[in-house]
Amino acid sequence: MWTDIIMVLLTLTNMVALGTSRIRACIRIVAFQGVSLGLLPLLTHPFAPDLLIFAILNTLLKGVVFPVILVRTLRQLNVWKEEDPYVDYGLSLLAGPFVLALSWWISSRLPLPAAISSSMLIPVALFTLFVGFFLIVSRKKALFQVLGYLVLENGIYAFGVAVAFQQPLLIELGILLDVFVGVFVMGIAMFHISRQFDHIDTDRLSSLRS
Amino acid sequence: MHLVLVGVGLVILTGFVALFLRNAKHCMRFSVLGVLAGSVCFMSAAVPVLTRGQQLSLQLPWQVPYGSFYVVLDGLSALFLVCIALVCAVAAIYSVGYMSEHGNRRLGMMAFAFNMLVAGMVMVVLARNSMLFLVAWEIMSLASYFLVTFHHEEKSVRQAGWIYLIATHIGTAFLLAFFMLLAKVTGTPNFEKGDISGTCSSILFVLALIGFGTKAGIMPLHVWLPEAHPAAPSHVSAVMSGVMIKMGIYGIARTLAILPSFELWWACLLIALGAGSGILGVLLALAQHDLKRLLAYHSVENIGIILMGLGIGVLGTVMHAPAIAVAGFAGGLLHVVNHAVFKGLLFLGAGAVVRAAKTHEIDRLGGLQKQMPVTAAAFLIGAVAICGLPPLNGFVSEFLIYSASFKAGFLGSGAALVSGLIIVAALAMIGALAAACFTKVFGIVFLGEPRSKHAEGLSEPPASMCAGEIALAACCIIIGLASPVFVRAIGNPVLHMNVLDPDAIQKQLAPLAANLLYVVITVLFFLACIAAFMIIRNRLFSRIQRAAKSRPDQAPMIGQAPTWDCGYMAPTARMQYTGSSFAQPILDLFQTVLQSRSKKVKIADLFPREADFHSHTPDLSSDFFYQPLFRWTSWFISKMRWLQYGVVQLYVLYIMLTLIILLLWKVR
Amino acid sequence: MINLKEIFQPLAAMLLAPLLFGIINRVKAFFAGRRGQPLLQSYYDLWKLLNKGAVYSTTTSWVFRASPVVCLAAVVIVACIIPLGARNVISFSGDFVLAVYLLGLMRFFMVIAALDTGSSFEGMGASREVQFSMLAEPALFIGLAVLARLTSSLSLAQAFSSVTPQVWASHCATLLLVAAAFVIILLAENARIPVDDPNTHLELTMIHEVMVLDNSGPDFAFIMYAAAIKLWLFSVLLVRVLLPVGSMPGWASVLVSITAVLLIAVLVGIVESCMARLRLIKVPHLLFSAAALAILALVFAFRD
Repeated sequence: MWTDIIMVLLTLTNMVALGTSRIRACIRIVAFQGVSLGLLPLLTHPFAPDLLIFAILNTLLKGVVFPVILVRTLRQLNVWKEEDPYVDYGLSLLAGPFVLALSWWISSRLPLPAAISSSMLIPVALFTLFVGFFLIVSRKKALFQVLGYLVLENGIYAFGVAVAFQQPLLIELGILLDVFVGVFVMGIAMFHISRQFDHIDTDRLSSLRS
Repeated sequence: MHLVLVGVGLVILTGFVALFLRNAKHCMRFSVLGVLAGSVCFMSAAVPVLTRGQQLSLQLPWQVPYGSFYVVLDGLSALFLVCIALVCAVAAIYSVGYMSEHGNRRLGMMAFAFNMLVAGMVMVVLARNSMLFLVAWEIMSLASYFLVTFHHEEKSVRQAGWIYLIATHIGTAFLLAFFMLLAKVTGTPNFEKGDISGTCSSILFVLALIGFGTKAGIMPLHVWLPEAHPAAPSHVSAVMSGVMIKMGIYGIARTLAILPSFELWWACLLIALGAGSGILGVLLALAQHDLKRLLAYHSVENIGIILMGLGIGVLGTVMHAPAIAVAGFAGGLLHVVNHAVFKGLLFLGAGAVVRAAKTHEIDRLGGLQKQMPVTAAAFLIGAVAICGLPPLNGFVSEFLIYSASFKAGFLGSGAALVSGLIIVAALAMIGALAAACFTKVFGIVFLGEPRSKHAEGLSEPPASMCAGEIALAACCIIIGLASPVFVRAIGNPVLHMNVLDPDAIQKQLAPLAANLLYVVITVLFFLACIAAFMIIRNRLFSRIQRAAKSRPDQAPMIGQAPTWDCGYMAPTARMQYTGSSFAQPILDLFQTVLQSRSKKVKIADLFPREADFHSHTPDLSSDFFYQPLFRWTSWFISKMRWLQYGVVQLYVLYIMLTLIILLLWKVR
Repeated sequence: MINLKEIFQPLAAMLLAPLLFGIINRVKAFFAGRRGQPLLQSYYDLWKLLNKGAVYSTTTSWVFRASPVVCLAAVVIVACIIPLGARNVISFSGDFVLAVYLLGLMRFFMVIAALDTGSSFEGMGASREVQFSMLAEPALFIGLAVLARLTSSLSLAQAFSSVTPQVWASHCATLLLVAAAFVIILLAENARIPVDDPNTHLELTMIHEVMVLDNSGPDFAFIMYAAAIKLWLFSVLLVRVLLPVGSMPGWASVLVSITAVLLIAVLVGIVESCMARLRLIKVPHLLFSAAALAILALVFAFRD
């Protein structure tokens, strides 16, 4: 039940992220998503001290550190809104449910370990992943792309929570994938940043790197 | 059966006589009488078949290779025959008044073509032999070509005629392939349910969908519709849009009846095409400024609805869900009848408007309601019906399709759920968009004040035209209020679409009819409610008026004044909202799909002299599908020019060479 | 099925609907720090209008005069379909299609009556009305399709009585999403903030109010009354999705539903006090999100 509610929250936060043009609202919503995901392992797995530490660390990082840094960058850059994205907001919103349906279909075909606590976990994780990609691809502003990356990471994390805690090898793989995708997407993001902000000083740009 | 053939004979005979009659008035009357007599014959033969479910057939030898004069009147044919008889009879009556201003000798030609069109359509639904069918099909197409080009002195009409002729023959080319393949796999040129393999069925289905779909006006193939309908005289448009394009639907339905089993992807294709035609059709309709062009695009929309009905029917059959199959097919086929009635009505109303005002431009009209009250009331009924609103007939068929698609969601299969969802969402959106479109048409054309000189000083059309309009409007109301009876009658046509036996179909139709009975009762309640509130309102008003009489200085009264324009005291008719501005927000929303273009003069000075604004919405499929196709074809053909030198001897040589090659191939 | 025993349900709608406007106004006044109108003000308004004379534009025709009556009749019949308790007067398989289409008929007549006056303001309002309804209607239908799928029934009464606490426990995600979509549709269809501002009678930024600029006297009373009943009906729809009252005994469920409907009015009042009206070009965006929520709900519903 609680896992399901978190999954619904995750879905809804994804939808908000797809539909909003205000960057600060999006930062908040992604932070909220991170916090609710941070609580997820406590609900899906039997209690253990290392799990608690992990959850606290995760929540702190995604709920406090990232948003603070991002909002500060936002202030420095003085960019508050994305005016015309490649894909219009209304269209993005309507695309959302179809992407969810797609991820549901994919997850019904994936060979997965049976002991997953909620049937919604995998599809919603995939959905989050896709939404992250979608944000990166469809928005012009660099900050949205960082946010997209964070959403993507949240998706991978949710996926990891679902399958990885039972299989050590998968943990390694998951982290590797995580880091790889992180580096890769950041590379793309930096490219877009340089294109979007080529008139901005490099020291300002460097504040985005964190 | 003989009755129908006698009817066809009558129609053709009177057509021929009309062709040679000198007096224009007499030739119109003569041919109309022929159509009326024929329609009585068709009706009296078709109605018993439809209600009792029997089947009439006749087979005569015919001196044509592969041909035999094989005609059958079964439930499916009877359904379409009823539409033909009804709409053609009404259109014929209407044409007497409509053509009265054309006192020229071409009327004989026109009467002849009209009668041939009627006869051709009747033979199309009766024919069970490929050869006979194709001959009838060609007679129908050519007759309607001559009708479309009736005003051939105008260049645009000739252009429209060419587009129609080419489009319809592209369709016929696919039909030729279809019939050849069908004859090959079933081993007989007659239409019989044969043992056809899955792949073959699929190829046949696609060929039929393209061939018949061109005639029906399915979305990417619809280009001829918006050209031909405005060009033709209005009663011809009514017949073409109301009945002739349904021959395409008849063809698809007959194909489904012949093929032994269906595939799931056919259903998905039909539904996707239907939803696309429906939504894009109504959007393009909304973007039009020409009244008859707008109605033509609405035909595309309604063909979409019919296809969705057939699609969900196929889906139900494939999924072995008889309730869905029956509701879907019944909804789709009933919508054929309904669309024939209300679209016929709307074209007749539009004809009356165009004839009186001498313009097709919606934005030049206005205030016609006061000048032509009967036409306006009839048009309003047609408009409410085409939007699928209760209590009229459009609602009945949409209700059936809705219930089929909602039930498809219960099946537990992903494909069924998605199909159902698409139909539900598309129908809801089409309904709301159609309402937007027809509030625009009715509100701008008939209500408000006249927007130009065209719309002033008009009067009601001649009695024969009003009679036609009233007859179809009455049909809309009757089908709406007697829907359970009509749904029961649709069982026999549905029988052909399905593997179910008659009893099972009636068993599935019973709950639908019961639901529609509740709909009818509710609607009667609704009408009673309207009457009650009317009475209350009149009581209130008479009380107020009495009070005003007794104390004229202080009591409230019922008064008249100019429209309250938010304080502006001198509004003119040109300040009214136009149809283009009414539709503009919706069109803006769909700009990515529609690609509307507008041209306006930028106002720079303090005292601007003249400014104008034009907007135009192109037809995507003609711009991006047909034009490249034709460009490519003409490029290819120009490459073949080396064959042609204009020397007769060379052509004879070609013929001789072909003959020799064929002979060699045969004696090999 | 027609059962006249349940006639009190449409009667409740007809009697209590104007109260909703009163509640909304009081809540808004409370947030603004005023005392506000009496709760029964809309009843007084209706009574006053019924006794007033009317002025008709010389441009108008019978369409303009017939439209208020048709609108009122349509909502009264829909009030006989949407159930407060177990069953309403009219209930059959597919009744909600009829209900939504009757509301469509009402809109049709509202719009052509607005165009009948020939006023450009009313034409503008009419144009917006059809634009937004074109987006709201599919969302509403998809939401209803979710309910139908969840409860495997095509009549509102059956569907709503199948929404039990057990169903809520197992499908809370789906139902919440449907409810969220219905909230947006309620606000849009009844021309409330953030879609339309019911208080601005003479501004260009409105939809419903501008369409009835030329109506006066009893006709205007009919229209206002119809609008109140329409708000009531959409609130009932929302309440029956949100509250699993189907399993309660008849009278209790009706009482709970009525209370909840009044609470919805409070909610609408709060929304109106806290939010500004959206810019018109943003409204489609809001309605897109309603459709998206409904489709999401359907995806969730298909899972189980």
